[in-house]
Amino acid sequence: MEHLIEFKDVYKIYQMGDEAVHALDGVSLTIDPGEFVAIVGQSGSGKSTAMNIIGCLDVPTSGSYHLAGVDVSTMDDDQQAEIRNKMLGFIFQQYNLIPKLNVLENVELPLLYAGVGAEERHQRALRALDRVGLSDKKKNLPSQLSGGQQQRVSIARALAGDPSVILADEPTGALDSRTGREVLSFLQKLNAEGDTVVLITHDNSIAVKAKRIVRLADGKVVYDGDAHDPQAVVQPEETDDLPGEGFTEPTGEEAPV
Amino acid sequence: MNFGQSFKLAIKSLLTSKMRALLTMLGIIIGVAAVIIITSLGNGMQNYMNDQFEQMGSNLVQVYVYSSGTSMDVDADDMFTLVSKYPKYLTGVTPYSSVSPAVRHGSDDYKRTKVYGVGESFFNADKGTTMQGEELGKGRFLSYLDVEREQAVCVIGSYLEKAAFSGDALGQTLTLSGAPYTVIGVFDQGGDGSEGSGDDVIYIPYTLAGRMGSSYMDMYLFTSADRSTASTAKGIVENFLFKAYQDTDYYQAITAAEMMDAIDSMVDLLMSILTLIAAISLLVGGIGIMNIMLVSVTERTREIGVRKSLGAKRRDIRSQFIIEAGTTSAIGGVIGIGLGIVMANVITFVMGQIVGTGSSDFHAIPTLGGIAVAFGVSVAIGVLFGYLPANKAAKLNPIDALRYD
Ligand SMILES: Nc1ncnc2c1ncn2[C@@H]1O[C@H](COP(=O)(O)OP(=O)(O)OP(=O)(O)O)[C@@H](O)[C@H]1O
Ligand SMILES: [Mg+2]
Repeated sequence: MEHLIEFKDVYKIYQMGDEAVHALDGVSLTIDPGEFVAIVGQSGSGKSTAMNIIGCLDVPTSGSYHLAGVDVSTMDDDQQAEIRNKMLGFIFQQYNLIPKLNVLENVELPLLYAGVGAEERHQRALRALDRVGLSDKKKNLPSQLSGGQQQRVSIARALAGDPSVILADEPTGALDSRTGREVLSFLQKLNAEGDTVVLITHDNSIAVKAKRIVRLADGKVVYDGDAHDPQAVVQPEETDDLPGEGFTEPTGEEAPV
Repeated sequence: MNFGQSFKLAIKSLLTSKMRALLTMLGIIIGVAAVIIITSLGNGMQNYMNDQFEQMGSNLVQVYVYSSGTSMDVDADDMFTLVSKYPKYLTGVTPYSSVSPAVRHGSDDYKRTKVYGVGESFFNADKGTTMQGEELGKGRFLSYLDVEREQAVCVIGSYLEKAAFSGDALGQTLTLSGAPYTVIGVFDQGGDGSEGSGDDVIYIPYTLAGRMGSSYMDMYLFTSADRSTASTAKGIVENFLFKAYQDTDYYQAITAAEMMDAIDSMVDLLMSILTLIAAISLLVGGIGIMNIMLVSVTERTREIGVRKSLGAKRRDIRSQFIIEAGTTSAIGGVIGIGLGIVMANVITFVMGQIVGTGSSDFHAIPTLGGIAVAFGVSVAIGVLFGYLPANKAAKLNPIDALRYD
């Protein structure tokens, strides 16, 4: 069976003067349709970098990335934009709704760029809003909604274009823990309904809600497997405080995909 | 992307910061208003001139003879002979000399009244009008005998009849440089009948006008059969005068049509220069728009990143900002057009007051073409000067843009 997302030996190297920062250091990874994957790791471990490449916002320095069988690692700006529009739905930590547009217009945006006609655009945006339970707020401006509601609107926007993958970078980062859980249960619901979800977080209590955890450290995959495996939940605090216990410890026991 | 949404968004952002929008559009508003005012003035001026010439008749040939101080002289009789020799082309001629005697009636002075010495053929009895288009209302015009015998008679305009004779001038007298003249005819009111206007004139026999101070120049008005024979008529007169003087410096002949063209092209030139100056203001306005669009792109970097992440291509972002710039300057253009039209009317009114002809003669009329061009130019400026900022926005890297705050 064809993988939905397939990283083969992906490197992302930033040249900072003489020093080369390996944000991703030879990552190989596959994600199949219907999965719910949490990418975890300490700050600076390369989570966002991985997410940007998965989201076609960036290209790897070397290695290849196939999305639904298509090599997207060498595409130009506009080709990537097309892929993002057709296949990917983004949920950001800061919601990133456009303040001058109302809720419905915000949700319609991906459909607008897909060239969907006004009538259909309306219907599909409303359906997406329905899924997050906010169709009664369609005329509101983002500033008239709570943070949790804004995040739900941004989820609706991510859903509107029927993407193959939903990418969420710290979606609960700006929310209190209760609202955060609410948003998370939405993502679980979406996954249960068949959507593929990739979630980035550094909060283990959130990560365990996913089915599978990929842990990164210094740009390398140090754990990849079941979210309920105790191995998956290596407390970053512990490893930070204990210099003797290397964070790279679990590498040898990396679970096969 | 969708034009409607970009347009709506542009209007929204203009409305949310009205002061900034107004300042942005100021250059465009002033530039467009200036263009409208200038073209209206030019148009009004041309219409005014053309009306004047239409009144005079397009079959007129004006001839100036600068003969003072030379032994050779051509006089009115030579001109009459010329007309009788070429009846097919020349239908009449009259001397036409402008003089400025003191015009008085009783104890009242009329300083702005214009006085001309003419012959009987200045008046066309068939049409009932003079070569200048005045229509005779009461009495009669100067006759051959009046001219020949130097009778102290005059025909006056409606202003004098009302002001000096309270509506009953026939048979009354007024004095020109102290000599009494009897009013034998009165013109109908042609303009607004005010002092100093075309209705404030006196015509006397040219034979008498010649005594009121000699001028260095004699002027004659020839009539030709119609407009098409006017230039041949002019040629005949010029030919005659060249034979008399052997030098083209001593005379000048011009048809009404030529004069009309000359004035039209002069007005055109003046208008082009003024419009060029107004165009500089439009340029400044365009730079103002570019400036504010660059600020807008920076302010909305994150929005651009979000749009890109949702699938906006470069051209989507580019057209969004270009439409926004175009909309801003188009609205500025519309305001400028409105302002220009209002100003043109104000100028029409003020000119009427200053010139004293009332507002009936001169109208600064905005042309539809001028308005269309002004609007088109303002949209074009927005698009042109919006391109650079829009392109800058389009080229932003989505990751950097998303991270920006
Ligand atoms: N544009 C860039 N230029 C240079 N170095 C970069 C750039 N982007 C990321 N890096 C480096 O790459 C590494 C990985 O960064 P990344 O943003 O992926 O971390 P992260 O896991 O998302 O961290 P966080 O949890 O803090 O968001 C870091 O060392 C970072 O400094
Ligand atoms: Mg990050």
